[in-house]
Amino acid sequence: MSRPKSSSDPLIEQLRSILPDSCIVSDPVSMKPYECDGLSGYRQMPRVVVLPESVEQVQAVMKVCQETGTPIVPRGAGTSLSGGAMPHKNGVVLSVARLNRILHIDAQNRTATLQPGVRNLQISDAVQHLGLYYAPDPSSQIACTIGGNVAENAGGVHCLKYGLTVHNILQVKMVGIDGELVSFGSTALDTPGYDLLALMMGSEGMLGLVVEVVVRLLNRPRVARVLMAAFDDIEKAGNAVAGVIAAGIIPAGFEMMDQAAIQAAEDFVNAGYPTSAAAILLCELDGTEEEVNTQIGKVDALLASAGATEISLADDENERVRFWSGRKNAFPAMGRISPDYYCMDGTIPRKELGNVLTRISRLSEKYGLRVANVFHAGDGNLHPLILYDANQPGEFDKAEEFGGEILDLCVAVGGTITGEHGVGVEKIDRMCVQFDRASLAQFQAVRDAFDPEGLLNPDKAVPTLARCAEFNAMHVHHGELPHPELERF
Amino acid sequence: MTDITNDISSRVQAAYQANSPLNIIAAGTKSFLGHVSPDAITLDVRGHSGIIEYDPAELVLVARAGTPLREIEDLLGNNQQMLGFEPPFVDNGATLGGAIAAGLAGPARAYSGGVRDFILGAGFINGKGESITTGGKVMKNVAGFDLFRPMAGSMGTLGVLLKIAIRTIPRPEAELSLIQEESDETSALEKINHWRSKTQAISGATWDGQMIRIRLSGSAAGVQHGHAQIGGEILTNENYWHDLNNLKLEFFKQSGRLWRISVAAMSGPVSDNSPQLIDWGGAQRWLKSDEAPEAIRSRAAHLGGHATCFSDDQSVSTFQPLEGNLLTLNKRFKAALDPAGILNPGRLHPEL
Repeated sequence: MSRPKSSSDPLIEQLRSILPDSCIVSDPVSMKPYECDGLSGYRQMPRVVVLPESVEQVQAVMKVCQETGTPIVPRGAGTSLSGGAMPHKNGVVLSVARLNRILHIDAQNRTATLQPGVRNLQISDAVQHLGLYYAPDPSSQIACTIGGNVAENAGGVHCLKYGLTVHNILQVKMVGIDGELVSFGSTALDTPGYDLLALMMGSEGMLGLVVEVVVRLLNRPRVARVLMAAFDDIEKAGNAVAGVIAAGIIPAGFEMMDQAAIQAAEDFVNAGYPTSAAAILLCELDGTEEEVNTQIGKVDALLASAGATEISLADDENERVRFWSGRKNAFPAMGRISPDYYCMDGTIPRKELGNVLTRISRLSEKYGLRVANVFHAGDGNLHPLILYDANQPGEFDKAEEFGGEILDLCVAVGGTITGEHGVGVEKIDRMCVQFDRASLAQFQAVRDAFDPEGLLNPDKAVPTLARCAEFNAMHVHHGELPHPELERF
Repeated sequence: MTDITNDISSRVQAAYQANSPLNIIAAGTKSFLGHVSPDAITLDVRGHSGIIEYDPAELVLVARAGTPLREIEDLLGNNQQMLGFEPPFVDNGATLGGAIAAGLAGPARAYSGGVRDFILGAGFINGKGESITTGGKVMKNVAGFDLFRPMAGSMGTLGVLLKIAIRTIPRPEAELSLIQEESDETSALEKINHWRSKTQAISGATWDGQMIRIRLSGSAAGVQHGHAQIGGEILTNENYWHDLNNLKLEFFKQSGRLWRISVAAMSGPVSDNSPQLIDWGGAQRWLKSDEAPEAIRSRAAHLGGHATCFSDDQSVSTFQPLEGNLLTLNKRFKAALDPAGILNPGRLHPEL
């Protein structure tokens, strides 16, 4: 890397005094990849990008930013689907890409100590020889980092049985806005004082910058097998999911795809899905050989009685991987049938699946935009994919409005605007639908407790009351807020 | 089945205006934990009671904080479900709100999670008397800060809990307990740790100086597999795990202060000669000891853990003291929720 020319920006000059030149990116061409994350509809060039290589450098950067009142946007791999890592125009993007070492593996206590830039899948790969793995598996797991996972409380296919990030992290070290290092949690199962470790999970980079994470590792299950069931009616498929769980079986993964998603996935990877089905379910069971065999028998019977038109069991590991390949490639498969898609992320009570899917298809007609549904049915986490063409003037706005209506619907049936993707910039206005004024003010007070000047990832995740007033003014129907009858949980 | 939200919030508002501390109580089954400020006025929340919502297929129960756990466990039991964190003192009238505030979990803690892991959302009154809601009643939810999770173990110092949504779990199809002789601490912990890699069915593991006891829960086939891997006699005392969880075993009746040491499971010994009962496969160690609290605490801290005094002894601080930057952030977090410091001041830590 050639030595950067001296900058007219005093902030960059100040950063040069604490970081090697190789850790600073400030020319527009090199900064271009940082202008957005996985939510590419929102873009903003940062003032400067820093890539610290040590905790001390992170501390120094934080101190400079606090002294100069400069916003900081933390960034892992930039896979956020909610704009959580979108830069601030006056701010520093602090990338943890170079803090990417696995520091320690404790096979006896089944833990791994990681720098924040370690990739999710890298953890399981590094402990495979010990028969261990790290359970949360967001679909971006090849690329996404553990630091980002903490910030978003990432989920994944297997969190139905093995929990979210919050359930699988023992300790986090973070650098606060004042540059001080602090540790929450420990390798014991609880710590004195408040559970600030839990507070950090899903805090979207607003409380501090994560510089070290201790994760809990699990023993790999001996056997994992997957069943695929086809249904001629999506509501029946939704009820089948509820039926299996009501029978006391918690599958390792329980996923649903609707016809549009089945067709696209099948065309893309030939997973062997029945393309005439209205919906398919993929149900993975894991444990010991005998345990899995018994459970397969039970689930098979439950799915059949729920009206499955076809049930097949993956015969071997190859077929299991093939069944999953369609689900795992569902998003890229959409890219082949539509120039653009917008991925939503609401969660609803499972019993509302049929109802909500029917109403989404009505909204699809209203907006004249196609929608495909791929989701974590076991925990009621929907991922409607709204298909649109960004080159058609007004289509993105229409897709966003459609998405907003889906999220309002999720809240109306007792659910939430985001199950695992985070609020970020994308859903910040929808926070005003889900939470009342007092609760939003409380969130703000908690944020102020850690970062009084609001420099850490500003304008994300927690809306100001003024912003909500503006949003509500635009969305008031007949003088009422959306769903005034709701007792906000 | 009553809702006294308005009554609770106006009492907290009045206390906030008057800057007068409150002592939040329900059944009082954990009154031995933490010291109550002498000038605090009692706020009894038992009147705020009742199960609001329960649909077995959703695995979610929403109830008011003053609801007795007995009522909840009976309803769940009728539907072949249970509370995954196995709260203690249910027979003594313990309430859901108290269970969350104290954050105590039973024998399965090391295997299926603690109180904070099963909460999905909570409504509470903050220290200004405002009604706050966080989380929800669905399995996955990342909207807003998860203020409901730090409620677990906060001893009522962050808010007066009003209602809580809990993830319930199916009752295991089969359960079996085993007992094996082992007189060496290190060997006992190593055996338990080794078995854990052989079976997922372990839901309890203790060592009392002579015997290892293991509880297996899960599918019939999974429990059978675990039994074959571990071996040993079948434990006939059906009350063992219940008595352990409720501090009723003979061990707890010995003289000396009762200490709970929380450390990583495979840490070294925390005691040389005091009577000891190891739970959670090593992660929770009960000591009966009149040794100086500082000595016990410094040994626990040296192993990366901490010690809690479970005896009602005013001369000993219940919880391990906080220091430095961690204390600063704990204070700031408390102040964000309870700016006047009127909710159970000092119950958790003198500074909170």
